Formats: sequence, structure tokens, C-alpha cells
Amino acid sequence: MSELPGDLLYTRDHEWLRREDDGSVTIGITDHAQHALGDLVYVELPEVGQVVSEAGEMAVVESVKAASDVYAPISGEIVEVNEALADDPEKINSDPYGDGWIVRMEPSDSIDEDTLLSPDDYQEFIDELDD
Amino acid sequence: MGSRTPLYDKHIAANARIVDFGGWDMPLHYGSQKEEHHAVRRHAGVFDVSHMTIVDLAGRRVVEFLQYLVANDVAKLKDHGKALYTCMLNADGGIIDDLIIYFMADTGYRLIVNAATREKDLAWIRQQAVDFDVAAEERAELSMLAVQGPKARELAAGCIDAGFRDAALALKPFTGVQAGDFFIARTGYTGEDGWEICMPAADAPGVWDCLLAAGVAPCGLGARDTLRLEAGMNLYGTDMDESVSPLEAGLNWTIAWEPADRNFIGRKALEAQRAKADNRRFVGLLLEDRGVLRNHQKVVVEGFGEGEITSGGFSPTIDRSIALARLPAGDYERAKVDVRGKLLNVRIVKTPFVRNGEIRIDTVGETQ
Repeated sequence: MSELPGDLLYTRDHEWLRREDDGSVTIGITDHAQHALGDLVYVELPEVGQVVSEAGEMAVVESVKAASDVYAPISGEIVEVNEALADDPEKINSDPYGDGWIVRMEPSDSIDEDTLLSPDDYQEFIDELDD
Repeated sequence: MGSRTPLYDKHIAANARIVDFGGWDMPLHYGSQKEEHHAVRRHAGVFDVSHMTIVDLAGRRVVEFLQYLVANDVAKLKDHGKALYTCMLNADGGIIDDLIIYFMADTGYRLIVNAATREKDLAWIRQQAVDFDVAAEERAELSMLAVQGPKARELAAGCIDAGFRDAALALKPFTGVQAGDFFIARTGYTGEDGWEICMPAADAPGVWDCLLAAGVAPCGLGARDTLRLEAGMNLYGTDMDESVSPLEAGLNWTIAWEPADRNFIGRKALEAQRAKADNRRFVGLLLEDRGVLRNHQKVVVEGFGEGEITSGGFSPTIDRSIALARLPAGDYERAKVDVRGKLLNVRIVKTPFVRNGEIRIDTVGETQ
């Protein structure tokens, strides 16, 4: 499996977050998650403007095998969704940290890094899962 | 750790993702389930199905026994090598298992039953066989490969003994031939042409390597499931079980009602059910909205009641979601499926969805 991007934060539910310069946060699922799900065939996206709270269901990714919830790693408002996933859900398989992003959020509070995982901590977490 | 087939090391070498399937460690996929699916529809793929249970029956009264044991009639098997798909029922007409029966020799028949139902099937068969002096021998030492796809027979022909090649290639659909220690049948579970090959376990790794070298794609249980769903073929334990009769599982065609005096297990219950007008329908569904249909989702048919999706998923060939479902009796063509609280539109379609690489259903439909 490829190396984790060092500029992202991660969750135990296998989401990643990128803090953008404008204060918003881009969110997707990790390479580990897309690999476990297999070929993605459908993504149910939230509405722009929808307010989600931390750990709440935010999107659903469906592979040929199963449906899986994507949880909001932080509270905030959805300001943009990746419309391209409607026609090309497999972008999440091919480029989970890039073109396969899922939503962009405006956080309602400052991000508490203690509740999230650093790249090293997430790597350790998935290594333990694979054992 | 579960049971392993003689090809387990080959699966690992081909980067298989291994999952538990009825107590067996089996490959789910070797990287991409979708690519494996397409390989079978467009070219050729090979599945290790050695976990399936092969039972050879022998005895002077074996025909009489099978005419009692299963709902279809083995008297239809006039020539050696002919195959018959059937259900084995309990006295209530519930399906104990579905199986294929091959007519091997005058007093010998081969049954291929599901892996997950092995123990109950063997116990049931042996219990019923006592009165007929029929011996049921499990052939656990045999491995089985399913080579499927438009190029399957052509490519697999190079991997079997040259002395049997012509006979194997001459097989008509749903027939098989004994070829030395091998038994080759033109059958499958994908809706494509191909062979299922039973062979001694020691031969299986060599045949596997030969097939892969010939360009046949290794395929896992994931693709096997989407292929059989597109082909409109039932999966035991999902689309049917002991609480359901063939009449409510789309398998009326596997029941031989004639001759009327053939007394098979479950016949009385089936006859009583057949006389009723409110038997549930077993149908194919095409999702008209975006989303994916899944097993156990509720189907709502306005004015008729509710039913359930028995097998749902994404069809890689159609690029839409399809399903098999058991629905209330009645004359209707549309329904809605509860997908996470949203009611999505589905249209009832005639299965198979896909056969021999071609989409067989109308994917456009009439607009509402």
C-alpha cells in the first residue's frame, strides 16, 4: 500500500481531512478504506448547505460488495460536494487523496487535533488492523 | 482458519483477498471484482469451485431413488453425460438445496451440491437412500474448476489431455464427458459458455497454471455473485432456503409434474401450493433511480403489499443496479424499494438480465 500523505489528518473510521488555506476542510476516505471496499459504483453525497455534526453520517459510498457510511470527522457546514463522483465513483479508488475527495466543509469550531490521528498514528492504527 | 482447496497457495500467489465462505478460505477477488466480471463476459475467467460437494450415487435402484429424492425427473436424462438442474425438497416443499445431477453410467449418477449445505445434504441423501440400497460417496478428493466466458472452451482445451480434447469441445450445453480421471461438463453459473472440470486434486494446480498462462483471468466469489445475478440464477441461502418452495423462487421450470404418479418428496405440499392464487412472485428488478439495491431491502408495491429483495447489487455489464426479489401476488410492473429510508423506483423485468455477453432486458423502459 502506498505511503500516507503527510499533510493530512485521519480518523479511525478511515476518513482523511485536509485543512485548506481559506479555513475550509476537504474530506475523503483513505486508500486503506477504498481498498477494503473494492470497486466503488455509487456515492450518495450530502446537500451543499447541510449542517453535519461530528461522527454524524455525511455520505454513503457503495462498492460492488457493500454500502458503507462516511462519517463527518468534525462538525460544520457542507460548502461543496464532489459532483464528479456521481458519474465516476471509481475516482475514489484511483485517487482517494486527490480527485476522489468527497466534500468540503466549513468547520463550526476550531479543529481539535487531539481527536484526530496524525499520519504516523493512522499508519500504526491500520497496521494493527491488518495483523 | 477454514478449510482450504488444493489451489489455496495459487490464490495467494495471484494476490487473492481471502474471505470465509461456509467454512472455506476462498478468494473474494484478485484485485478488482469488476475487471474479473468483465473478463468472464468478454473473454474468459476461471473460478476455483473445489469447495463444492461432489457426491457419486451408485446402486441398482438409483434412478428410482432420484425420482423420489428430487423435484425434477432424472428420467429426462436419456444419454450418459446429460445434466439436470433440480431442487431437493423437504416434505413441506421447502428447498433443502439446489443441485446438478449428471448421468454418469447406467447405475451411477453424480450430484454437485452447495458447500455451505454439505453436512445436511449428505445426511438427508443418506437417510433417504437406505430404503433404496443406494450408496452415496462423497468425492472430496476431487477438485473443480469453472472456466467461463466466450473464449473459455477454446483456451481451456489446451489445458486438458489432448486425447479428450475433441470430445470435450464437441459437448453440447448441459452435457458432460468422462475424460480419464477428469469429468468435463459444458455447464456453469455465469450465463456464459464454458466448462466445469472435475479432476483429481493433484492435477488442479497444473491446470490452473496452464489456464492463467493462456490468458484466462483468475476470478473470485465476488465476480461469481455478480455474474450469476446478471444471469438471473438463484443463490441458495439467499434467494431460497427451506422456508421457500420452488414455486416462490422462480423455479417452477425445475419441477417435473409429469408423470403424475411419480411420488417425490414434497410433491403433496407443492400441489397444494400450486392450487393457491396468492403465491408470491419471484422477479427481476431494474433500479431506475441512482443507487444500489441490496439483499433484504424492503420492496413496496402500492395496492399489493410488501416484499423483499433476496439478491441485490450492481450490474457491471448494465452499469445499473439490479436485483432478484420475492413480491406479493398480483399484476403490476413497478414498485419502490426502501433504500436507507428513501423510496427508489424499480421496474420489474424478465430475467436473465444478461446472457452470453448481451444485455437482455429493456434498460430504457417506458417513461412514467
